[in-house]
Amino acid sequence: MRPIFFLREALRGLSRSSAPALAALLTVLLTALVLGVFIPIVQATTGTANEVRSRVVVDVYVSDSATGEGTAELRRALMSTPNVESVEFISKAEALARAEDKNPRAFKEGAELLGSNPLPASFRVTPEDPDRIREIVEALAPNGQPRLATIDEVRNREEETDKILSATGLVKGLTATLAGLLVLASVALVANTIRLSIFARRREVEVMKLVGATNWFIRWPFVIEGIIVGFFGGLLAVLVLTVAKETLIDPLSEDFALLAAPDTIDFPLLAALLMLACVVVSALGSGITLRRFLRV
Amino acid sequence: MPSRMTQTRTETVRPRATPSGRDIPVVEFDEVTKVYDGGSIGLERASMKIGRGEFVFLVGPTGCGKSTCIRLLQKELEPSKGEIRIAGRALGEIPRSRVPYLRRNIGVVFQDYKLLPNRTVYDNVAYSLQVIGESRQEIRRKVPDILRLVGLSTKLHNYPDELSGGEQQRVSIARAFVNHPPLLLADEPTGNLDPETSIGIMQLIYRINRTGTTVIVATHDKEMVDKMRRRVIELREGQIVRDELSGLYRPDESTTEFAVRLRGELGVGAEGHPN
Repeated sequence: MRPIFFLREALRGLSRSSAPALAALLTVLLTALVLGVFIPIVQATTGTANEVRSRVVVDVYVSDSATGEGTAELRRALMSTPNVESVEFISKAEALARAEDKNPRAFKEGAELLGSNPLPASFRVTPEDPDRIREIVEALAPNGQPRLATIDEVRNREEETDKILSATGLVKGLTATLAGLLVLASVALVANTIRLSIFARRREVEVMKLVGATNWFIRWPFVIEGIIVGFFGGLLAVLVLTVAKETLIDPLSEDFALLAAPDTIDFPLLAALLMLACVVVSALGSGITLRRFLRV
Repeated sequence: MPSRMTQTRTETVRPRATPSGRDIPVVEFDEVTKVYDGGSIGLERASMKIGRGEFVFLVGPTGCGKSTCIRLLQKELEPSKGEIRIAGRALGEIPRSRVPYLRRNIGVVFQDYKLLPNRTVYDNVAYSLQVIGESRQEIRRKVPDILRLVGLSTKLHNYPDELSGGEQQRVSIARAFVNHPPLLLADEPTGNLDPETSIGIMQLIYRINRTGTTVIVATHDKEMVDKMRRRVIELREGQIVRDELSGLYRPDESTTEFAVRLRGELGVGAEGHPN
Protein backbone atom coordinates (compact mmCIF):
# COMPACT_ATOMS: atom_id res chain seq x y z
CA MET A 1 0.00 0.00 0.00
CA ARG A 2 2.60 2.52 1.09
CA PRO A 3 5.11 2.17 -1.79
CA ILE A 4 2.30 2.30 -4.32
CA PHE A 5 0.91 5.38 -2.61
CA PHE A 6 4.30 7.10 -2.72
CA LEU A 7 4.76 6.19 -6.36
CA ARG A 8 1.34 7.58 -7.22
CA GLU A 9 2.17 10.76 -5.30
CA ALA A 10 5.46 11.08 -7.21
CA LEU A 11 3.72 10.65 -10.56
CA ARG A 12 1.11 13.19 -9.54
CA GLY A 13 3.85 15.64 -8.59
CA LEU A 14 5.59 15.12 -11.93
CA SER A 15 2.48 15.55 -14.01
CA ARG A 16 1.17 18.56 -12.10
CA SER A 17 4.47 20.44 -12.16
CA SER A 18 5.83 19.13 -15.42
CA ALA A 19 7.76 22.25 -16.46
CA PRO A 20 10.32 22.18 -13.63
CA ALA A 21 10.51 18.40 -13.89
CA LEU A 22 11.25 18.71 -17.59
CA ALA A 23 13.94 21.29 -16.87
CA ALA A 24 15.53 18.94 -14.37
CA LEU A 25 15.34 16.09 -16.86
CA LEU A 26 16.98 18.20 -19.53
CA THR A 27 19.76 19.23 -17.19
CA VAL A 28 20.41 15.62 -16.26
CA LEU A 29 20.39 14.66 -19.93
CA LEU A 30 22.86 17.36 -20.96
CA THR A 31 25.32 16.83 -18.13
CA ALA A 32 25.22 13.08 -18.66
CA LEU A 33 25.92 13.62 -22.35
CA VAL A 34 28.88 15.87 -21.64
CA LEU A 35 30.24 13.42 -19.09
CA GLY A 36 29.65 10.50 -21.43
CA VAL A 37 31.75 12.18 -24.11
CA PHE A 38 34.38 13.47 -21.74
CA ILE A 39 35.11 10.32 -19.76
CA PRO A 40 36.46 8.33 -22.77
CA ILE A 41 38.43 11.38 -23.89
CA VAL A 42 40.09 11.69 -20.51
CA GLN A 43 40.85 8.02 -20.53
CA ALA A 44 42.30 8.09 -24.03
CA THR A 45 44.49 11.04 -23.08
CA THR A 46 45.82 9.45 -19.92
CA GLY A 47 46.24 6.18 -21.80
CA THR A 48 48.39 7.90 -24.40
CA ALA A 49 50.33 9.76 -21.74
CA ASN A 50 51.00 6.50 -19.93
CA GLU A 51 52.11 4.87 -23.15
CA VAL A 52 54.62 7.69 -23.69
CA ARG A 53 55.79 7.33 -20.12
CA SER A 54 56.55 3.67 -20.63
CA ARG A 55 59.37 4.78 -22.93
CA VAL A 56 61.29 6.06 -19.94
CA VAL A 57 64.11 3.55 -19.40
CA VAL A 58 67.49 3.15 -17.71
CA ASP A 59 70.41 1.87 -19.75
CA VAL A 60 72.94 -0.18 -17.84
CA TYR A 61 76.10 -0.64 -19.91
CA VAL A 62 78.01 -3.81 -19.30
CA SER A 63 81.79 -3.48 -19.16
CA ASP A 64 83.56 -5.30 -21.96
CA SER A 65 85.54 -7.37 -19.48
CA ALA A 66 82.43 -9.03 -18.08
CA THR A 67 82.20 -12.80 -18.58
CA GLY A 68 79.02 -14.60 -19.52
CA GLU A 69 78.57 -15.56 -15.89
CA GLY A 70 79.11 -11.98 -14.75
CA THR A 71 76.45 -10.80 -17.16
CA ALA A 72 73.98 -13.37 -15.86
CA GLU A 73 74.73 -12.30 -12.32
CA LEU A 74 74.17 -8.67 -13.30
CA ARG A 75 70.78 -9.57 -14.79
CA ARG A 76 69.77 -11.21 -11.52
CA ALA A 77 70.97 -8.18 -9.59
CA LEU A 78 68.97 -5.88 -11.85
CA MET A 79 65.84 -7.99 -11.55
CA SER A 80 65.99 -7.84 -7.76
CA THR A 81 66.38 -4.06 -7.68
CA PRO A 82 63.23 -2.38 -6.40
CA ASN A 83 60.92 -0.61 -8.89
CA VAL A 84 62.25 -2.64 -11.83
CA GLU A 85 59.51 -4.01 -14.03
CA SER A 86 61.45 -5.70 -16.82
CA VAL A 87 65.00 -6.09 -18.08
CA GLU A 88 66.00 -6.49 -21.69
CA PHE A 89 69.51 -7.57 -22.72
CA ILE A 90 71.06 -5.99 -25.79
CA SER A 91 74.27 -7.70 -26.90
CA LYS A 92 77.12 -5.90 -28.60
CA ALA A 93 76.06 -7.21 -32.04
CA GLU A 94 72.45 -6.18 -31.44
CA ALA A 95 73.57 -2.73 -30.34
CA LEU A 96 75.52 -2.29 -33.53
CA ALA A 97 72.64 -3.50 -35.66
CA ARG A 98 70.30 -1.01 -33.96
CA ALA A 99 72.74 1.81 -34.43
CA GLU A 100 73.09 0.92 -38.07
CA ASP A 101 69.36 0.89 -38.42
CA LYS A 102 69.14 4.39 -37.04
CA ASN A 103 71.84 5.89 -39.15
CA PRO A 104 72.70 3.55 -42.04
CA ARG A 105 74.84 6.00 -44.00
CA ALA A 106 77.29 6.78 -41.23
CA PHE A 107 77.90 3.12 -40.52
CA LYS A 108 78.41 2.08 -44.10
CA GLU A 109 81.75 3.78 -44.10
CA GLY A 110 82.41 3.78 -40.35
CA ALA A 111 82.33 0.04 -39.86
CA GLU A 112 85.45 -0.45 -41.91
CA LEU A 113 87.28 2.40 -40.18
CA LEU A 114 86.55 1.15 -36.69
CA GLY A 115 87.64 -2.37 -37.32
CA SER A 116 85.87 -3.77 -34.28
CA ASN A 117 82.47 -3.15 -32.68
CA PRO A 118 82.85 -0.23 -30.25
CA LEU A 119 79.39 -0.47 -28.76
CA PRO A 120 79.04 -2.09 -25.35
CA ALA A 121 76.44 -4.64 -24.46
CA SER A 122 73.69 -3.22 -22.26
CA PHE A 123 70.59 -3.94 -20.25
CA ARG A 124 67.51 -1.83 -20.91
CA VAL A 125 65.66 -1.53 -17.61
CA THR A 126 61.98 -0.51 -17.62
CA PRO A 127 60.77 0.93 -14.30
CA GLU A 128 57.45 0.14 -12.71
CA ASP A 129 56.89 3.79 -11.83
CA PRO A 130 58.59 6.22 -14.23
CA ASP A 131 58.44 8.99 -11.61
CA ARG A 132 60.79 7.05 -9.34
CA ILE A 133 63.35 6.21 -12.01
CA ARG A 134 66.13 7.99 -10.11
CA GLU A 135 65.84 5.44 -7.35
CA ILE A 136 66.97 2.73 -9.75
CA VAL A 137 69.92 4.78 -10.89
CA GLU A 138 70.89 5.51 -7.29
CA ALA A 139 70.56 1.86 -6.34
CA LEU A 140 72.78 0.64 -9.17
CA ALA A 141 75.37 3.37 -9.09
CA PRO A 142 75.34 5.57 -5.99
CA ASN A 143 76.86 8.95 -6.90
CA GLY A 144 77.86 7.69 -10.32
CA GLN A 145 80.07 4.90 -8.92
CA PRO A 146 78.80 1.51 -10.17
CA ARG A 147 78.18 -0.94 -7.34
CA LEU A 148 79.13 -3.98 -9.40
CA ALA A 149 82.33 -4.47 -11.33
CA THR A 150 80.42 -5.71 -14.33
CA ILE A 151 78.64 -2.34 -14.73
CA ASP A 152 80.44 0.11 -16.88
CA GLU A 153 78.00 2.94 -16.64
CA VAL A 154 74.35 3.65 -15.72
CA ARG A 155 72.46 6.20 -17.74
CA ASN A 156 68.84 7.28 -17.77
CA ARG A 157 68.91 9.70 -20.72
CA GLU A 158 68.38 12.54 -18.31
CA GLU A 159 67.06 15.23 -20.61
CA GLU A 160 64.64 13.08 -22.54
CA THR A 161 63.27 11.51 -19.39
CA ASP A 162 62.68 14.86 -17.74
CA LYS A 163 60.80 16.14 -20.77
CA ILE A 164 58.60 13.11 -21.06
CA LEU A 165 57.81 13.09 -17.37
CA SER A 166 56.92 16.78 -17.13
CA ALA A 167 54.91 16.87 -20.37
CA THR A 168 52.85 13.78 -19.67
CA GLY A 169 52.46 14.83 -16.05
CA LEU A 170 50.99 18.13 -17.16
CA VAL A 171 48.57 16.45 -19.56
CA LYS A 172 47.44 13.99 -16.93
CA GLY A 173 47.04 16.70 -14.29
CA LEU A 174 45.07 18.94 -16.63
CA THR A 175 42.64 16.26 -17.74
CA ALA A 176 42.16 15.10 -14.16
CA THR A 177 41.40 18.68 -13.05
CA LEU A 178 39.02 19.18 -15.96
CA ALA A 179 37.25 15.94 -15.22
CA GLY A 180 36.93 16.88 -11.56
CA LEU A 181 35.55 20.32 -12.39
CA LEU A 182 33.12 18.86 -14.87
CA VAL A 183 31.77 16.35 -12.37
CA LEU A 184 31.41 19.09 -9.76
CA ALA A 185 29.65 21.38 -12.22
CA SER A 186 27.30 18.58 -13.24
CA VAL A 187 26.34 17.77 -9.67
CA ALA A 188 25.85 21.44 -8.83
CA LEU A 189 23.76 22.05 -11.94
CA VAL A 190 21.50 19.07 -11.37
CA ALA A 191 21.14 19.83 -7.66
CA ASN A 192 20.27 23.43 -8.44
CA THR A 193 17.61 22.59 -10.98
CA ILE A 194 16.02 20.14 -8.58
CA ARG A 195 16.21 22.74 -5.85
CA LEU A 196 14.27 25.16 -8.03
CA SER A 197 11.57 22.65 -8.81
CA ILE A 198 11.16 21.88 -5.12
CA PHE A 199 11.32 25.52 -4.13
CA ALA A 200 8.26 26.11 -6.29
CA ARG A 201 6.42 23.66 -4.07
CA ARG A 202 7.65 24.68 -0.62
CA ARG A 203 4.22 25.97 0.45
CA GLU A 204 2.82 22.56 -0.26
CA VAL A 205 5.46 20.94 1.92
CA GLU A 206 4.65 23.38 4.70
CA VAL A 207 0.96 22.51 4.57
CA MET A 208 1.75 18.81 4.64
CA LYS A 209 3.78 19.35 7.78
CA LEU A 210 0.94 21.26 9.43
CA VAL A 211 -1.51 18.50 8.64
CA GLY A 212 0.74 16.11 10.56
CA ALA A 213 2.78 14.34 7.90
CA THR A 214 6.11 12.94 9.05
CA ASN A 215 9.25 14.03 7.23
CA TRP A 216 9.68 10.77 5.38
CA PHE A 217 6.04 10.69 4.38
CA ILE A 218 6.66 13.95 2.55
CA ARG A 219 10.15 13.08 1.38
CA TRP A 220 9.57 9.72 -0.31
CA PRO A 221 7.48 11.03 -3.22
CA PHE A 222 10.10 13.69 -3.89
CA VAL A 223 12.92 11.14 -3.82
CA ILE A 224 10.97 8.89 -6.18
CA GLU A 225 10.42 11.85 -8.47
CA GLY A 226 14.18 12.42 -8.41
CA ILE A 227 14.79 8.78 -9.28
CA ILE A 228 12.34 8.93 -12.19
CA VAL A 229 13.80 12.17 -13.55
CA GLY A 230 17.36 10.88 -13.14
CA PHE A 231 16.51 7.56 -14.75
CA PHE A 232 14.90 9.03 -17.82
CA GLY A 233 17.51 11.78 -18.17
CA GLY A 234 20.27 9.17 -17.99
CA LEU A 235 18.42 6.82 -20.34
CA LEU A 236 18.02 9.52 -22.98
CA ALA A 237 21.68 10.48 -22.64
CA VAL A 238 22.76 6.87 -23.09
CA LEU A 239 20.52 6.54 -26.15
CA VAL A 240 22.01 9.65 -27.72
CA LEU A 241 25.52 8.45 -26.92
CA THR A 242 24.79 5.04 -28.45
CA VAL A 243 23.51 6.62 -31.63
CA ALA A 244 26.53 8.93 -31.81
CA LYS A 245 28.91 6.04 -31.19
CA GLU A 246 27.33 3.82 -33.84
CA THR A 247 27.09 6.48 -36.52
CA LEU A 248 30.16 8.64 -35.95
CA ILE A 249 32.88 6.95 -33.97
CA ASP A 250 32.64 3.30 -34.93
CA PRO A 251 33.14 3.87 -38.70
CA LEU A 252 36.06 6.18 -37.91
CA SER A 253 37.80 3.73 -35.65
CA GLU A 254 37.51 1.04 -38.29
CA ASP A 255 39.34 3.25 -40.75
CA PHE A 256 42.04 4.71 -38.57
CA ALA A 257 42.19 2.70 -35.37
CA LEU A 258 42.48 6.17 -33.94
CA LEU A 259 39.69 6.47 -31.42
CA ALA A 260 40.01 2.88 -30.33
CA ALA A 261 42.56 4.13 -27.84
CA PRO A 262 44.29 1.53 -25.66
CA ASP A 263 42.09 1.28 -22.61
CA THR A 264 38.97 3.39 -22.72
CA ILE A 265 36.02 2.26 -20.69
CA ASP A 266 33.67 -0.33 -22.19
CA PHE A 267 30.55 1.30 -23.52
CA PRO A 268 28.05 -0.81 -21.54
CA LEU A 269 29.95 -0.06 -18.33
CA LEU A 270 30.04 3.65 -19.16
CA ALA A 271 26.30 3.62 -19.84
CA ALA A 272 25.57 1.82 -16.58
CA LEU A 273 27.77 4.21 -14.60
CA LEU A 274 26.12 7.25 -16.16
CA MET A 275 22.63 5.93 -15.42
CA LEU A 276 23.56 5.14 -11.84
CA ALA A 277 25.15 8.55 -11.31
CA CYS A 278 22.10 10.33 -12.75
CA VAL A 279 19.67 8.44 -10.56
CA VAL A 280 21.73 8.78 -7.39
CA VAL A 281 22.50 12.47 -7.83
CA SER A 282 18.95 13.51 -8.60
CA ALA A 283 17.41 11.33 -5.87
CA LEU A 284 19.87 12.59 -3.27
CA GLY A 285 19.45 16.13 -4.59
CA SER A 286 15.69 15.97 -4.04
CA GLY A 287 15.97 14.38 -0.63
CA ILE A 288 18.57 16.78 0.66
CA THR A 289 17.08 19.96 -0.76
CA LEU A 290 13.78 19.12 0.86
CA ARG A 291 15.36 19.14 4.30
CA ARG A 292 15.34 22.93 4.39
CA PHE A 293 11.61 23.12 3.85
CA LEU A 294 10.78 20.38 6.29
CA ARG A 295 11.78 22.48 9.30
CA VAL A 296 8.29 23.72 10.07
CA MET B 1 13.89 21.58 46.90
CA PRO B 2 13.05 17.87 47.06
CA SER B 3 9.49 18.61 48.12
CA ARG B 4 9.06 20.85 45.09
CA MET B 5 10.34 18.20 42.79
CA THR B 6 7.86 15.64 44.03
CA GLN B 7 5.19 18.22 43.72
CA THR B 8 5.87 18.85 40.04
CA ARG B 9 6.11 15.15 39.45
CA THR B 10 2.69 14.45 40.93
CA GLU B 11 1.36 17.24 38.80
CA THR B 12 2.56 15.65 35.59
CA VAL B 13 1.42 12.20 36.67
CA ARG B 14 -2.06 13.31 37.65
CA PRO B 15 -3.56 13.49 34.14
CA ARG B 16 -2.88 9.83 33.53
CA ALA B 17 -4.21 8.92 36.96
CA THR B 18 -7.67 10.36 36.39
CA PRO B 19 -9.51 7.97 34.14
CA SER B 20 -12.09 10.30 32.67
CA GLY B 21 -9.71 13.22 32.29
CA ARG B 22 -12.62 15.63 32.58
CA ASP B 23 -10.90 18.05 34.90
CA ILE B 24 -7.69 18.43 32.87
CA PRO B 25 -7.87 21.46 30.64
CA VAL B 26 -7.45 20.60 26.97
CA VAL B 27 -5.27 23.65 26.56
CA GLU B 28 -3.31 25.32 29.30
CA PHE B 29 -1.00 28.31 28.97
CA ASP B 30 1.19 28.86 31.99
CA GLU B 31 2.88 32.27 32.01
CA VAL B 32 3.78 31.89 28.36
CA THR B 33 6.01 34.52 26.81
CA LYS B 34 7.05 34.54 23.18
CA VAL B 35 9.64 37.00 21.98
CA TYR B 36 10.42 36.79 18.27
CA ASP B 37 13.98 36.85 17.00
CA GLY B 38 13.67 40.46 15.97
CA GLY B 39 12.76 41.37 19.54
CA SER B 40 9.07 41.98 18.95
CA ILE B 41 6.80 40.49 21.57
CA GLY B 42 4.23 37.95 20.43
CA LEU B 43 2.89 36.98 23.82
CA GLU B 44 3.68 38.15 27.32
CA ARG B 45 3.07 36.11 30.45
CA ALA B 46 -0.19 34.75 29.11
CA SER B 47 -2.02 32.22 31.26
CA MET B 48 -5.30 30.57 30.40
CA LYS B 49 -7.10 27.29 30.71
CA ILE B 50 -9.54 25.97 28.17
CA GLY B 51 -11.64 23.00 29.16
CA ARG B 52 -12.96 20.15 27.11
CA GLY B 53 -15.74 20.99 24.68
CA GLU B 54 -15.37 24.74 25.09
CA PHE B 55 -15.81 27.23 22.28
CA VAL B 56 -13.38 30.11 22.74
CA PHE B 57 -12.83 33.28 20.77
CA LEU B 58 -9.39 34.85 20.87
CA VAL B 59 -9.97 38.48 19.96
CA GLY B 60 -7.92 41.59 19.63
CA PRO B 61 -6.38 43.84 17.00
CA THR B 62 -3.80 42.60 14.50
CA GLY B 63 -0.48 41.85 16.12
CA CYS B 64 -1.96 41.27 19.56
CA GLY B 65 -0.74 37.65 19.72
CA LYS B 66 -3.73 35.63 18.49
CA SER B 67 -1.83 33.94 15.71
CA THR B 68 1.13 33.46 18.01
CA CYS B 69 -1.13 31.45 20.33
CA ILE B 70 -2.34 29.27 17.47
CA ARG B 71 1.14 28.68 16.13
CA LEU B 72 2.49 27.89 19.59
CA LEU B 73 -0.23 25.28 20.03
CA GLN B 74 0.84 23.52 16.85
CA LYS B 75 4.44 23.65 18.03
CA GLU B 76 5.27 25.61 14.93
CA LEU B 77 6.92 28.05 17.35
CA GLU B 78 8.52 27.44 20.70
CA PRO B 79 7.64 29.67 23.66
CA SER B 80 10.51 31.78 25.00
CA LYS B 81 9.29 31.28 28.56
CA GLY B 82 6.52 29.41 30.31
CA GLU B 83 4.81 26.18 29.47
CA ILE B 84 1.97 25.11 27.24
CA ARG B 85 0.11 21.89 27.99
CA ILE B 86 -2.31 20.11 25.72
CA ALA B 87 -4.41 17.55 27.57
CA GLY B 88 -1.90 17.71 30.40
CA ARG B 89 1.10 17.03 28.19
CA ALA B 90 3.75 19.75 28.10
CA LEU B 91 4.57 20.68 24.52
CA GLY B 92 8.17 21.43 25.48
CA GLU B 93 8.67 17.74 26.24
CA ILE B 94 7.54 16.54 22.83
CA PRO B 95 10.60 15.83 20.67
CA ARG B 96 10.76 17.15 17.14
CA SER B 97 10.19 13.73 15.64
CA ARG B 98 6.90 13.34 17.53
CA VAL B 99 5.48 16.70 16.44
CA PRO B 100 3.60 15.21 13.46
CA TYR B 101 1.73 12.93 15.87
CA LEU B 102 0.76 15.93 17.99
CA ARG B 103 -0.53 17.74 14.92
CA ARG B 104 -2.71 14.82 13.90
CA ASN B 105 -4.71 15.45 17.06
CA ILE B 106 -5.19 19.12 16.28
CA GLY B 107 -7.30 20.24 13.36
CA VAL B 108 -6.31 23.61 11.96
CA VAL B 109 -8.18 26.05 9.76
CA PHE B 110 -6.29 29.00 8.29
CA GLN B 111 -7.29 32.38 6.98
CA ASP B 112 -5.73 31.59 3.60
CA TYR B 113 -7.13 28.00 3.59
CA LYS B 114 -3.70 26.46 2.81
CA LEU B 115 -5.12 23.80 0.51
CA LEU B 116 -2.77 21.76 -1.65
CA PRO B 117 -3.15 23.39 -5.07
CA ASN B 118 -2.46 20.34 -7.21
CA ARG B 119 -5.01 18.10 -5.53
CA THR B 120 -8.74 17.88 -5.94
CA VAL B 121 -11.09 18.64 -3.07
CA TYR B 122 -11.39 14.92 -2.43
CA ASP B 123 -7.62 14.38 -2.40
CA ASN B 124 -7.01 17.36 -0.15
CA VAL B 125 -9.25 15.90 2.49
CA ALA B 126 -7.96 12.39 1.87
CA TYR B 127 -4.38 13.57 2.43
CA SER B 128 -4.85 14.08 6.13
CA LEU B 129 -6.15 10.51 6.36
CA GLN B 130 -3.32 9.14 4.22
CA VAL B 131 -0.89 10.86 6.55
CA ILE B 132 -2.10 8.79 9.49
CA GLY B 133 -1.97 5.61 7.42
CA GLU B 134 -5.71 5.13 7.07
CA SER B 135 -6.72 2.28 4.74
CA ARG B 136 -8.15 3.05 1.34
CA GLN B 137 -11.60 1.71 2.13
CA GLU B 138 -11.78 3.94 5.21
CA ILE B 139 -10.71 6.94 3.15
CA ARG B 140 -13.33 6.17 0.53
CA ARG B 141 -15.95 5.96 3.22
CA LYS B 142 -14.98 8.97 5.33
CA VAL B 143 -14.09 11.63 2.77
CA PRO B 144 -17.43 11.81 0.94
CA ASP B 145 -19.16 11.79 4.33
CA ILE B 146 -17.31 14.78 5.66
CA LEU B 147 -17.63 16.64 2.35
CA ARG B 148 -21.36 16.11 2.48
CA LEU B 149 -21.34 17.51 6.01
CA VAL B 150 -19.65 20.72 4.82
CA GLY B 151 -21.94 20.88 1.80
CA LEU B 152 -19.45 20.19 -0.97
CA SER B 153 -20.60 16.81 -2.21
CA THR B 154 -20.91 18.14 -5.75
CA LYS B 155 -17.40 19.54 -5.96
CA LEU B 156 -15.43 16.42 -5.10
CA HIS B 157 -13.25 16.51 -8.18
CA ASN B 158 -12.69 20.23 -8.52
CA TYR B 159 -9.30 21.77 -7.86
CA PRO B 160 -9.03 24.48 -5.17
CA ASP B 161 -8.58 27.29 -7.71
CA GLU B 162 -11.97 26.42 -9.17
CA LEU B 163 -13.75 27.08 -5.87
CA SER B 164 -14.95 30.25 -4.19
CA GLY B 165 -13.30 31.44 -0.99
CA GLY B 166 -16.13 30.11 1.16
CA GLU B 167 -15.97 26.73 -0.54
CA GLN B 168 -12.22 26.55 -0.10
CA GLN B 169 -12.63 27.29 3.58
CA ARG B 170 -15.18 24.50 3.81
CA VAL B 171 -12.68 22.10 2.30
CA SER B 172 -10.13 23.29 4.81
CA ILE B 173 -12.58 22.64 7.65
CA ALA B 174 -13.38 19.21 6.26
CA ARG B 175 -9.68 18.42 6.16
CA ALA B 176 -9.18 19.65 9.71
CA PHE B 177 -12.10 17.64 11.06
CA VAL B 178 -11.98 14.43 9.05
CA ASN B 179 -9.88 12.66 11.73
CA HIS B 180 -12.19 13.93 14.45
CA PRO B 181 -9.41 15.62 16.40
CA PRO B 182 -10.19 16.57 20.00
CA LEU B 183 -8.99 20.12 19.38
CA LEU B 184 -9.76 22.44 16.48
CA LEU B 185 -7.85 25.68 15.95
CA ALA B 186 -9.03 28.33 13.55
CA ASP B 187 -6.88 31.32 12.72
CA GLU B 188 -9.10 34.07 11.27
CA PRO B 189 -11.29 31.53 9.48
CA THR B 190 -13.59 34.24 8.13
CA GLY B 191 -10.91 36.85 7.57
CA ASN B 192 -11.13 36.71 3.79
CA LEU B 193 -14.85 36.08 3.50
CA ASP B 194 -17.96 38.22 3.21
CA PRO B 195 -20.36 38.34 6.21
CA GLU B 196 -22.91 36.05 4.59
CA THR B 197 -20.38 33.32 3.87
CA SER B 198 -18.76 33.86 7.25
CA ILE B 199 -21.95 32.87 9.02
CA GLY B 200 -22.02 29.59 7.14
CA ILE B 201 -18.40 28.89 8.09
CA MET B 202 -19.06 29.75 11.74
CA GLN B 203 -22.11 27.50 11.78
CA LEU B 204 -19.95 24.70 10.56
CA ILE B 205 -17.34 25.30 13.24
CA TYR B 206 -20.08 25.53 15.83
CA ARG B 207 -21.49 22.22 14.70
CA ILE B 208 -18.08 20.66 15.09
CA ASN B 209 -17.95 22.10 18.60
CA ARG B 210 -21.29 20.50 19.40
CA THR B 211 -19.79 17.07 18.73
CA GLY B 212 -17.54 17.62 21.76
CA THR B 213 -14.51 19.06 20.02
CA THR B 214 -12.78 21.92 21.78
CA VAL B 215 -12.65 24.88 19.43
CA ILE B 216 -10.40 27.93 19.59
CA VAL B 217 -11.13 30.64 17.05
CA ALA B 218 -8.83 33.60 16.64
CA THR B 219 -10.77 36.38 15.00
CA HIS B 220 -11.38 40.09 14.70
CA ASP B 221 -14.86 39.59 13.32
CA LYS B 222 -16.71 41.69 15.89
CA GLU B 223 -20.17 40.97 14.63
CA MET B 224 -19.66 37.25 14.81
CA VAL B 225 -18.29 37.33 18.34
CA ASP B 226 -21.07 39.56 19.57
CA LYS B 227 -23.75 37.37 18.07
CA MET B 228 -22.42 34.06 19.24
CA ARG B 229 -21.85 35.05 22.87
CA ARG B 230 -19.25 32.45 23.69
CA ARG B 231 -16.22 32.67 25.91
CA VAL B 232 -14.01 35.56 24.81
CA ILE B 233 -10.33 35.97 25.62
CA GLU B 234 -9.06 39.38 24.60
CA LEU B 235 -5.42 39.98 23.87
CA ARG B 236 -3.69 43.29 23.63
CA GLU B 237 -0.02 43.65 22.83
CA GLY B 238 0.62 40.09 23.81
CA GLN B 239 -1.19 40.21 27.14
CA ILE B 240 -4.51 38.71 28.11
CA VAL B 241 -6.63 41.68 29.18
CA ARG B 242 -10.03 40.03 29.44
CA ASP B 243 -11.48 36.55 29.80
CA GLU B 244 -15.27 36.48 29.88
CA LEU B 245 -17.50 33.44 29.82
CA SER B 246 -20.05 34.78 27.34
CA GLY B 247 -18.61 38.00 26.17
CA LEU B 248 -18.76 40.54 23.44
CA TYR B 249 -15.93 41.56 21.16
CA ARG B 250 -15.56 44.67 23.33
CA PRO B 251 -16.69 44.79 26.94
CA ASP B 252 -20.23 46.17 27.15
CA GLU B 253 -20.23 49.66 25.85
CA SER B 254 -23.15 51.97 25.19
CA THR B 255 -23.44 54.00 22.03
CA THR B 256 -22.40 57.17 23.86
CA GLU B 257 -19.39 55.46 25.34
CA PHE B 258 -18.43 54.26 21.89
CA ALA B 259 -18.84 57.75 20.50
CA VAL B 260 -16.58 59.13 23.19
CA ARG B 261 -13.96 56.53 22.46
CA LEU B 262 -14.19 57.14 18.74
CA ARG B 263 -13.73 60.88 19.13
CA GLY B 264 -10.94 60.33 21.60
CA GLU B 265 -9.14 58.09 19.21
CA LEU B 266 -9.58 60.60 16.41
CA GLY B 267 -8.10 63.23 18.71
CA VAL B 268 -11.17 65.54 18.33
CA GLY B 269 -12.04 65.80 22.03
CA ALA B 270 -15.40 65.21 23.65
CA GLU B 271 -16.80 68.70 23.20
CA GLY B 272 -15.16 69.51 19.92
CA HIS B 273 -17.92 68.26 17.63
CA PRO B 274 -18.62 71.00 15.03
CA ASN B 275 -22.44 70.81 15.05
